[in-house]
Amino acid sequence: MLEATAPGNRPARPARSQRRYDQDWKQGLLFVVPALAFFLLFTVYPFVRTISLSFSDWDGLSNHANFVGLDNYSAALHDSLWWRSLLNGGLFVAAALLLMTPLGLLLAVGVERVRRGRAAYRTAFYVPTILSGIVVAVIWKWLYQPYGGPINQAFDQLGLHSVARAWLGDGGTALWAVSLASIWQGVGYPFLLYLAGLQSIPDEVYEAAAVDGASERRIFFSITLPLLRPVITTVNILTILGAMQMFNLVLAMTNGGPGYSTEVPVLHIYREAFGLFHFGYASALAVIFGVLLLAVSIAQLRLARRGADR
Amino acid sequence: MSTSAGRLLSRGSRAPRRRLLHLALLGWAVASLLPLLWTLSASLQSNQEIYSGIHLIPRHLELGNYTQAWTQAHFSTYFKNSVIYTVTIVAGVLIISSLAAYAFARMRFPLKNLVFYLFLIFLTFPLPGSFIPLYVLLVNLGLIDTPLGYILPMINAGLPVAIFILRSFFEEIPREIEESARIDGATRLQVYRLIALPLAKPALATITIFTALSVWNEFLFALVVFSDQQRMPLQVGLMTFQGTFFSQYGLMMAATTITMVPALAIYLVFQRFIVRGVMAGAVRG
Repeated sequence: MLEATAPGNRPARPARSQRRYDQDWKQGLLFVVPALAFFLLFTVYPFVRTISLSFSDWDGLSNHANFVGLDNYSAALHDSLWWRSLLNGGLFVAAALLLMTPLGLLLAVGVERVRRGRAAYRTAFYVPTILSGIVVAVIWKWLYQPYGGPINQAFDQLGLHSVARAWLGDGGTALWAVSLASIWQGVGYPFLLYLAGLQSIPDEVYEAAAVDGASERRIFFSITLPLLRPVITTVNILTILGAMQMFNLVLAMTNGGPGYSTEVPVLHIYREAFGLFHFGYASALAVIFGVLLLAVSIAQLRLARRGADR
Repeated sequence: MSTSAGRLLSRGSRAPRRRLLHLALLGWAVASLLPLLWTLSASLQSNQEIYSGIHLIPRHLELGNYTQAWTQAHFSTYFKNSVIYTVTIVAGVLIISSLAAYAFARMRFPLKNLVFYLFLIFLTFPLPGSFIPLYVLLVNLGLIDTPLGYILPMINAGLPVAIFILRSFFEEIPREIEESARIDGATRLQVYRLIALPLAKPALATITIFTALSVWNEFLFALVVFSDQQRMPLQVGLMTFQGTFFSQYGLMMAATTITMVPALAIYLVFQRFIVRGVMAGAVRG
């Protein structure tokens, strides 16, 4: 960075350095051009194109598309299925924030406290997290199978026949069944982040508190938790973004059903585009959803900052 | 590791409490692994045996599920495709990101900081539904339903994080090492290739593992790009397959095992890179 941030020195430098600089920036561009080309073609262009498509009625097939102004956006406001999918996304977020992240924190605190078996626990807890959504979906779909599925078979063997049901086929349980599978898969990530956060707290802090005679509970709530605040913010943002954008699990386990009880935003966008060929409308939904996700992240960061200032 | 803190915290606690803690942790460890053991067990059972009641140890090993999944259900093709895509995308990400990261860390060129911050913004900015314009772009380029049409955008997806990690790594390499090589007449490319890259091995390893896992597990974009079964990777193959053959549990679970074992193997062998990568991200915020 020294070279780059000291342009004022340039005139004073000998000619050799000047030549080297000229050579350097041409080469520098050559080093960056491949990455830049990818970035412009596959990130910036699609980004711009999503916005421009969102003002059109393009069907994804014909050569012609009409400019329709904000029609797609006002249509989204009256799309009850879209609202339903946002609500379902919100329910997935709620379940993840109320169950998954606290469980991740509990597991991290637990692993931090034991002396033996730390590495083994860590390895085991993170295994489901490295599996793909489709693999997790197939495994859990089988566990939930009404006939021959291990969960119902277990209930039968325990004599609890009335509890057994078609977990994914019942509109009342499907969303929570998918949510449970996603928590099982996802908890490893907050666990690992919290564990890293706990291990970055210096021992001296605990020692000082213990010398002052603080109780274990007191230490946790007035030292550990406040020091973990940045990690908590990170975990919350990632959890919200992840749960809102759930797609693979839902597609493979329920395909949004039964009825629309597990319809989620990305699935809705996908179906509008590739099922109904409403490319313009699907793009508008994508823009709305992107802005919503961005707003949630910024709000979380703001909240965290205000909390930290207090 | 704060062992002394652990000792302090457990100062007043007696052995039964620690045993209770172990029991709870063990409970979640079992919950994490049991579904996988069940999957493995079912993949080795005939359908009749699975329907006859749950048990973890198969009564007699049924390997037919695997041969059937591998040959008749095309999982050998899916597997080969997944390997090709993963290797190519990882290689592309490593080469292109390390070149760019080296330039960002060490070289001077116009608009350097602006370009770098653009990368950063798109790294943090959520772009849901970008599969729609990408699909349109690939159709226009004639790349839809081709391996290249999948590989190129996937390389792009891996670039920002890799550039971010590698840039800070290159910046930490002492300048003197590179300067002495340049005085000896080495070109920028030689310094990058012979000095900077070898020193960045730990970062390159982390990027390799993370990219490999995320490509192996990627589903949505592959679903959008491929309609030719011969070109599908495992995740799309498994998704298609489960729609038709779900009631053949043994076969399903064999197909699932084939799909997940490479990811599990990568995880178990290179675990320290994964843990270090996730944890480094956490502490940095």
